[in-house]
Amino acid sequence: MISRFLNLEWKQFFRSMFWQKGILINILMGLFVLYFAIAFLSIGVGGFYFLKKQYPEQDPLKIINSLMLFFIIGDLIFRYIMQKLPVMNIKPMLALPIKKSKLVNYILTKSAFSFFNVLGMFFYIPFAIVLIKEGYGISNILGWLAAMFFIILSANYLNFLINKNNIALVVLTVLLGGTVALQYFGIYDITKISSFLFDGLYVNPIYFLIPIALLVGLYYLNYKQLANQVYLDDAIATKTKEATSSDLSFVNRFGSLAPFIKNDMRQIWRNKRTKTIFFMSFLFLFYGIIFFSNKVYEEKMPAFLIFAALFVTGGFAINYGQFIPAWDSAHYRMIMSQNIRYRKFLESKWLLMAIVTFVLYILSIPYLYYGVDKFLMITAGAVFNIGFNTLFLLFAGSFNRKRIDLNASGFGNTQGTSATQFLIIIPMMGIPMFLFWIFNKYVSFNAGIIAIAAVGIIAFIFKNYFMNLIEKKYIKDKYAAIHAFNQKK
Amino acid sequence: MIQAKNISKKYGSTEVLNIPQLDIPKGQSFGLVGNNGAGKTTLFNLLLDLIRPTTGSIENHNVVVNKSEDWKIFTGSFIDESFLIGYLTPEEYFDFIGDLRGMNKADVQAFLSQFDDFFNGEILGKKKYLRDLSKGNQKKAGIIAAMMGNPQVVILDEPFANLDPTTQFRLKSIIKKLTENNEVTVLVSSHDLSHVNEVCKRIVVLDKGNVVNDIQTSPETLKELESYFSA
Repeated sequence: MISRFLNLEWKQFFRSMFWQKGILINILMGLFVLYFAIAFLSIGVGGFYFLKKQYPEQDPLKIINSLMLFFIIGDLIFRYIMQKLPVMNIKPMLALPIKKSKLVNYILTKSAFSFFNVLGMFFYIPFAIVLIKEGYGISNILGWLAAMFFIILSANYLNFLINKNNIALVVLTVLLGGTVALQYFGIYDITKISSFLFDGLYVNPIYFLIPIALLVGLYYLNYKQLANQVYLDDAIATKTKEATSSDLSFVNRFGSLAPFIKNDMRQIWRNKRTKTIFFMSFLFLFYGIIFFSNKVYEEKMPAFLIFAALFVTGGFAINYGQFIPAWDSAHYRMIMSQNIRYRKFLESKWLLMAIVTFVLYILSIPYLYYGVDKFLMITAGAVFNIGFNTLFLLFAGSFNRKRIDLNASGFGNTQGTSATQFLIIIPMMGIPMFLFWIFNKYVSFNAGIIAIAAVGIIAFIFKNYFMNLIEKKYIKDKYAAIHAFNQKK
Repeated sequence: MIQAKNISKKYGSTEVLNIPQLDIPKGQSFGLVGNNGAGKTTLFNLLLDLIRPTTGSIENHNVVVNKSEDWKIFTGSFIDESFLIGYLTPEEYFDFIGDLRGMNKADVQAFLSQFDDFFNGEILGKKKYLRDLSKGNQKKAGIIAAMMGNPQVVILDEPFANLDPTTQFRLKSIIKKLTENNEVTVLVSSHDLSHVNEVCKRIVVLDKGNVVNDIQTSPETLKELESYFSA
């Protein structure tokens, strides 16, 4: 039976995700995973010697153990945000002669093989091997390693128990922040507790039975919870939230664009993925701090400051704009057969991007703290974003051929991504960086700023002309887009 | 008046539709029947310019649909749920369509109030997004939206499927009322012979993309159709 489940998942993977995501994305994801695996592996191998060199009078294992509690809480927070319970498409299985316990056990067992669990072992196993090589007691180390292994798995199952609860995240964050603060301000030495707990595992390897007991307990709780939920009206049924309508009549001032703007606002607010993008764009506001507070960029690579300046105000336009018109892919056929001029549809998207970019620009005024020159860079970036990038994003959007399901989760969702998303970054970021580099190097800083802003202003002045071209392109590609957006998974 | 001239659609080498000539006069209630894969939805998609014809063209009130977008002003349609915007409530959706069709809020209210029976209290004021409604209720919203703003042409693909029997009866009377003055052209496709037979004055039977029968409905039509499909 298990092999049959695996077979189904295999098919599910290769018949949907793989092709939907495209090979490029998979390669990138693969590289990402590989990067982490190698990073952990090298920390595992080199960590011992590094610590030995930095703190020659201390035992590296004891240092690790004293910090273990922080690692574990951090790991739980990371899992909380990133890891989701692997769901199997159980709906078709419910009416078949398969025991529910089997389904539940399968789902839970499968989760043990998650990347999040394997990743930790990439550190612990080489670290343990180095320890044995350095003359630590073999049975002690093996006991310690086993304990770590079961603690990782326990964290895995603990995460599923708390994952649906928002309070849990707050508790974890406060716990981590609190313990770090206590430690930092020297109020209480948390590392003592951590050392006590984890050194104990090394000294008495038989204690590894404790995490096993913990694991069994957590597995049992998960089992009970899931087994109770294997009904159509529970785990599988999507919860329907009560619709809340807010009065958007203030948008009516935009005249014939108003209905579209209203729609776009509702779309952003009522779907996870667009909502994530909306909030993320405010996070990008802080992106400049990393670059502006680092003197290296200012002295050696001023063009990278432009890169940051563009992101400060462009977070929304870039993240939202790159998937136009795929946001509307679910009802694209309706848009195409309703009494809608393509132009209006595009204009409303443009207006939305321009307005949010402008608001982000206003919010970026505190960057004056880093000096007028930095704020001028942000200003030039904002002008370029509003003038050039919004139009360019609309144009690039006509190449989008990937359907997006708005209901799918927001964070780390790559649905709808294709090579287009990677290529568009080149002109959007590259042109202003290049302009600035040239003018700053051979003329002056101000000339660089003016050059970027000038491109933005010129694009803005000729907006109608470019919009005509963009509209034509969309109309030309209409059938291809309709066809592509109609392909579900 | 809708005129299809020499219209055909091919995917690769398989031809899914081939109609040399089809005229639908203004105000006619037109039914399209056929088995799965007969080309019903393909014809509607061509009529709405959602797919490109391989040959020929369709004119909707003298507008060639793949040359100009002007037909959109007087054509309402509902093909499937992809014509709904899932994250809107039904009220917001009707307002949106109303906006596109030059109706203000009061117009929309007045229009919708005619369909209280049809909605059966399951659509309006429910505080639910369209994506959370059942298939049948989604369909009800889509069908009514297709009739907003006094369209000259209304295109409904399989409107009776997924509806409960009471709603089917109500839909039939709505369509009959819509066509009683012979002003509005209504195009309906269905698998259910008796439904189309009841609401349409003319029925065209498609089979593998070809028109195999074109009949004006009369009391004998249903028998004729039944014998065709059972053969």
